[in-house]
Amino acid sequence: MHSIPGRRLIISLFLIFLLLPIYWLVNMSFKTNSEIVTSMTLWPHQPTLENYKRIFTDESWYSGYINSLTYVLINTVISIGVALPAAYGFSRYRFLGDKHLFFWLLSNRMAPAAVYALPFFNLYSAINLFDTPWAVALAHCIFNVPLAVWILEGFVSGVPREIDETAFLDGYSFPRFFAKILVPLIASGIGVAAFFCFMFSWVELLLARTLTSVNAKPISAIMTRTVSAAGMDWGLLAAAGVLTIIPGALVIWFVRNYIARGFALGRV
Amino acid sequence: MDKTVNQKAWFLVLPVFAVVAFSAILPLMTVVNYSMQDTFGNNQFFWNGVGWFKELLDPSTDLGGRFLASLGRNLLFSAIILAIEVPLGIVVALSMPREGWTVAVCLVILALPLLIPWNVVGTIWQIFGRPDIGLLGYTLNSLGFDYNYVSNEFDAWATVIVMDVWHWTSLVALLCYAGLKSIPDAYYQAAQIDGASRWAVFKAIQLPKMNRVLLIAVLLRFMDSFMIYTEPFVVTGGGPGNSTTFVSIELVKIALGQFDLGKAAALSLVYNLIILIVCWVFYTVMTNVGTERPAKQGGA
Repeated sequence: MHSIPGRRLIISLFLIFLLLPIYWLVNMSFKTNSEIVTSMTLWPHQPTLENYKRIFTDESWYSGYINSLTYVLINTVISIGVALPAAYGFSRYRFLGDKHLFFWLLSNRMAPAAVYALPFFNLYSAINLFDTPWAVALAHCIFNVPLAVWILEGFVSGVPREIDETAFLDGYSFPRFFAKILVPLIASGIGVAAFFCFMFSWVELLLARTLTSVNAKPISAIMTRTVSAAGMDWGLLAAAGVLTIIPGALVIWFVRNYIARGFALGRV
Repeated sequence: MDKTVNQKAWFLVLPVFAVVAFSAILPLMTVVNYSMQDTFGNNQFFWNGVGWFKELLDPSTDLGGRFLASLGRNLLFSAIILAIEVPLGIVVALSMPREGWTVAVCLVILALPLLIPWNVVGTIWQIFGRPDIGLLGYTLNSLGFDYNYVSNEFDAWATVIVMDVWHWTSLVALLCYAGLKSIPDAYYQAAQIDGASRWAVFKAIQLPKMNRVLLIAVLLRFMDSFMIYTEPFVVTGGGPGNSTTFVSIELVKIALGQFDLGKAAALSLVYNLIILIVCWVFYTVMTNVGTERPAKQGGA
């Protein structure tokens, strides 16, 4: 009943539109540079793993992935760690300035990264964290902590208050209640929040690029620099791009029912 | 749900406050400080009062002209992508299969562009659109269109817009789909008994049920498109000329390219203020969605 005429055709066309550019990237990543430049082929006629091999053996390339993963993981752990108690606080209690604080968090989630690029550069240079994964991890907290708080607040609010009260009557202390009862109950919510923290930190380029120069350079920055410097090694660029899509593609299946919720900050 | 008043809850919120304040308030104070000063390098600063702000809002100056032009471009860009993505997202959500394994497959493919790093989105379209090696550019050119996003302004805009539609329409579709799924079957049965047409079902049942989700989608898309930086930067670099230089790109050019701290800071503050106003609207909508939900369930 809630369908429209020609829906199969519409959804198929749209999915093809989504997949075609990605297919082209994958296609390019298996081609040699001479094949890319000299001929227009819809699939690789001389498939090669050379591009991938170079990324996995050249340290300046694979270190980019390690750097990215490092700050993304640090950021996810910090974000979830501080957001969990706060989400519980916002969900269960009313306190002085709670609504303003909640709004302030949201406004930081929405703040343009371009505004913070320069002050962050000064701030992290001043405390000697520039060009370390910690600088990027802390900088990404500005949008990921609010995101985690908003998502987790939605999940904690789904847990009935009676459970808290029963636990406290049974003599659970607050930390023990938190670890033994609340966290297992909202485990899926924590998974979703962690996934989105991971994702938003992983896809961000501007801050990550501004706050690193040599030692902690993320893969996204290495990709942009190679394009301009070493001529046009399209196959290598495509292979690097494909590798950055993989983390998202791997876990997407598990969060497929929560994607709308995560992007709408837990409010759908 | 009645919440109990408990000031000790501040202790639960304190870590979040500390972390976000460190990354938000300190840098913002720096920005406010810079916005009132001028510098000629060597870390020498001079008091400039509200001079930068005056210049910023005056289109006859260089700074004002650049800011207002990029703001205009950005608003036009946001308007165009909203006009395309919202209707398209609704249509895609309505076209989703209802049950079976195809639902999961559709959801996964829809979500895929959302999870790709933004610079890789740029790279994908940079490659895809090139006339010499990209499928899109090659096909268009062999069909007789003189398509080249590097040299032609219109083509650059078209590429950036199609890229954004590709990247973010799924978000609108997924949010609408979530809204549609919450409609009980009884509504459709009632409509069937009344002999309602498809259009009537859409207008009287589906659209009203979706309107909150849609509002969230529109606001999210507006905010994100208003702050867009990475994708157009990778594809067009803001060019040809300045034709795809949006506010964020202009800001980064002034701040990190020219190190014009005062100008950049003043621009940042005005930019942030616009975002803050939209954000407040967004907050009101979001929190209302939360409070109205239990009431709806109680009534149904």
